[in-house]
Amino acid sequence: MSTSKFKIIAEEQSQPLTFNFSSENLTKAKKIIKMYPSNFKESSIMPLLSIAQAQNHGWLPKKAIEYVSNFIEVPEIKVLEIATFYSMYNLSPVGKFHIEVCTTTPCMLRGSDPMLDLCKKKFGLEIGGITEDGLFSLGRVECLGACVNAPVVKINENYYEDLDSESLNKLLDGLKMNKKVKIGPQSKRKGSEPVK
Amino acid sequence: MPKIFINEKPIKVDDGITVLQACEIAGIEIPRFCYHERLSIAGNCRMCLVEMENSLKPVASCAMPVAEGMKIKTNTKMVEKARKGVMEFLLINHPLDCPICDQGGECDLQDQAMAYGKGFSRFVEKKRAVKDKHLGPLIKTHMTRCIHCTRCVRFSEEVAGNSQLGTIGRGEDTEITSYLEKTIDSELSGNVIDLCPVGALTSKPYAFVARPWELKKTNSIDVFDAVGSNIRLDSKGDKILRVLPRINEDINEEWISDKTRFAYDGLNHQRIDRFYVRDSNGDIQESSEETVLKLLKSKFSETDKKKIFSFCGNLVDCESIFSFKSFLKKINSNNFDCRQDNSFFIPKKRSSYLFNSTISGIDDSDLCVIVGSDLRKEAPIIGARLRKKSLEKDNNYPVIRIGYKYDLSINTIELGNSYSSILNLQKNMYKKLISKAKKPLFIIGQGPLCSPEGEEIFNYILSIHNSLVKDVSWNGFNILQNYSGRVGALDLEFYNNKTTKRNNIKDIYNGNYKVLYLFDADEIDFSKIPEDTFVIYHGHHGDKAVSRADVIIPMPCFTEKEGIYVNLEGRVQISRQIKMPISDVEHSWEFFNKLLIEMGIERDYNSLQELRNLMFNQYPNLMKINECKSEKMFKVRSVKRSFSKNDILSNISNFYMTDSVSRNSPTMSSCSLEINNNI
Repeated sequence: MSTSKFKIIAEEQSQPLTFNFSSENLTKAKKIIKMYPSNFKESSIMPLLSIAQAQNHGWLPKKAIEYVSNFIEVPEIKVLEIATFYSMYNLSPVGKFHIEVCTTTPCMLRGSDPMLDLCKKKFGLEIGGITEDGLFSLGRVECLGACVNAPVVKINENYYEDLDSESLNKLLDGLKMNKKVKIGPQSKRKGSEPVK
Repeated sequence: MPKIFINEKPIKVDDGITVLQACEIAGIEIPRFCYHERLSIAGNCRMCLVEMENSLKPVASCAMPVAEGMKIKTNTKMVEKARKGVMEFLLINHPLDCPICDQGGECDLQDQAMAYGKGFSRFVEKKRAVKDKHLGPLIKTHMTRCIHCTRCVRFSEEVAGNSQLGTIGRGEDTEITSYLEKTIDSELSGNVIDLCPVGALTSKPYAFVARPWELKKTNSIDVFDAVGSNIRLDSKGDKILRVLPRINEDINEEWISDKTRFAYDGLNHQRIDRFYVRDSNGDIQESSEETVLKLLKSKFSETDKKKIFSFCGNLVDCESIFSFKSFLKKINSNNFDCRQDNSFFIPKKRSSYLFNSTISGIDDSDLCVIVGSDLRKEAPIIGARLRKKSLEKDNNYPVIRIGYKYDLSINTIELGNSYSSILNLQKNMYKKLISKAKKPLFIIGQGPLCSPEGEEIFNYILSIHNSLVKDVSWNGFNILQNYSGRVGALDLEFYNNKTTKRNNIKDIYNGNYKVLYLFDADEIDFSKIPEDTFVIYHGHHGDKAVSRADVIIPMPCFTEKEGIYVNLEGRVQISRQIKMPISDVEHSWEFFNKLLIEMGIERDYNSLQELRNLMFNQYPNLMKINECKSEKMFKVRSVKRSFSKNDILSNISNFYMTDSVSRNSPTMSSCSLEINNNI
């Protein structure tokens, strides 16, 4: 599988000119730094990047990487290494709802391909694409670790499980209308209890 | 000492070493890509797999520490199969472009594929291609060839200390790059070219120039800084094509600085290959040797000998300095000096201008105080050595710095920028820290020593050093010289005892001298020399001095003659001849002999051998090649305790251009443009 398009550093025109932690995030970040000894400053890169990504609509601009590297006085490349290694950091803009469809074997056997096709058709997107209104972006990911509820789709920080075409369609419509949607299994199942 | 068995042969090895090192001691070759003696262990290439008894799988010998009774096998079917398998994986994405690759012929991957590989590929799928990265004017990249051994990444983090290279992405998409392809800003960056086991990182100036087997290799030493790094000069015909380091644990280990490695192309530019004389219109005209000899004879005989001043340059070898000095003695001229920067030293006391602890002595020290020396620009090799020392495990090695701040990637205790901050060393909290040291190291740069306060600083630091050191065998008072020829010139006493404390340069600017003889010396401000001073320039490069000189005499540069250099530790080394002098230019001693004949004065020697014998008689130290005579420290009488508030500055502002050769090197000028502007 080739690199997700969201892992490629965004073009210059979509890069913001500055990045600073909001005051709320700043206190959070300072707390995190205190958790690690001063000679292991690198350890706090991951939580700090998460904060930065959450603050910047789900993706990390260059300025955020430089800001974090400055913040803990670690070379920029060390921060970039981590931001490019882990699949949950995005380096170019994603939609307000970033859909990630799991396509690893268990999900594939339980029908993740139709889910992916549905997303593609519904929004006219390819993998790595983003809708014109900036609401939805589509990605494909490796195992999300919720195989018991396959097929699984992750949208922003929530899992939506036990999907079929109907429930996914309804879910996406709900998100589009800004309605409150049910998180977790979309079937009648509760959590990962045995299917009756 | 654990006893282990390698291929059923017992061997006793030191505790804590790895299986790979033990095999090496036993004389068994283990193929490897990522493992390097001077870098941390990564264990990611898997080429060094060996069989270990009681282990189902082969183990990576580079990362496996030896243990008592361990049974290692390196010649079994399993090992052979493992190596073949690893090799096949490494070659999956490696292009088969050896015929157009600069590493071809000296490539670890090529050699090991021949020795341990399958000989054919079963891979029919598409190969991966990676975009080349821009890493600056020195390192050419061809990233498709990269096998991700991460030697370069570990080097930039552990040795160079600036951590500018990294691996981005994961799995098949792993790529080596600098942050957003920024130019690498390091004085040691060229070493990643040697470290790269494949052709991913190669030398930009050497790109597509030659094949390793057609080059003539000459072991020599570097003259671009005072460290005297051991190098190998690779030449074809009469051109030097590249410079590589030679291992010398006492000096440069196996690293060399970028100036050492890349400034050689300056030797082919702006060379002086004939005589010139300035005519009455102020234009330089080509001339002949006879005219110049006659002109000089009349100048020397009509000028009062007290009105003649001579400077010898910073890169001149001992033989040339000696010949120049004996010539000046013959014509009774006593005003000469080798210090165009007027740096402070004490005549006839070697320990007052040497790096007394020696470079390898850094490893034995337990505290370092840097006074006004920019180690990155003045001696990157020493900077790297100091960094290595300061990062040693469980070692609390305090580094205190006074003066100009720069990024040395060492945790330093900063005492301030100005001369007066030297007094902070005696403040309580620092005094405590310093007084613990038994083998302290004090490094004084040329910046403060060339200032008017040089002598006071020298005495002040020396008194602290003497008060700390009780062990007679330890001498940690170090002067960091900047130029390769300086220590040799001082050893040869190329100075006038009576005027060492005078500001000779001011005298020249004031017009106290009528004739100025510059022997490859062009570090003075030529616009300030009065118009009626007659300037003779004897050198190999048409640099600054040429615009002012009235007579220009050519001389061969250091690769065109054999010469003795003394490095900053006082170690005597020989720089070898690579080629004949350009346009058959005469050696300087030959020219001085001709001038003596013209002036009707008797000569002392007629050949280089006679010159050397004469020199060795007077200065027997220089006879001991590769030896470093240790010097005892002396006492100071008076110590001043007040200093000015002026900032301490380094003498070298641009690392890439410090002398007439590097100033004329196209590679060095592109470096100073691209890298120094980046800072």
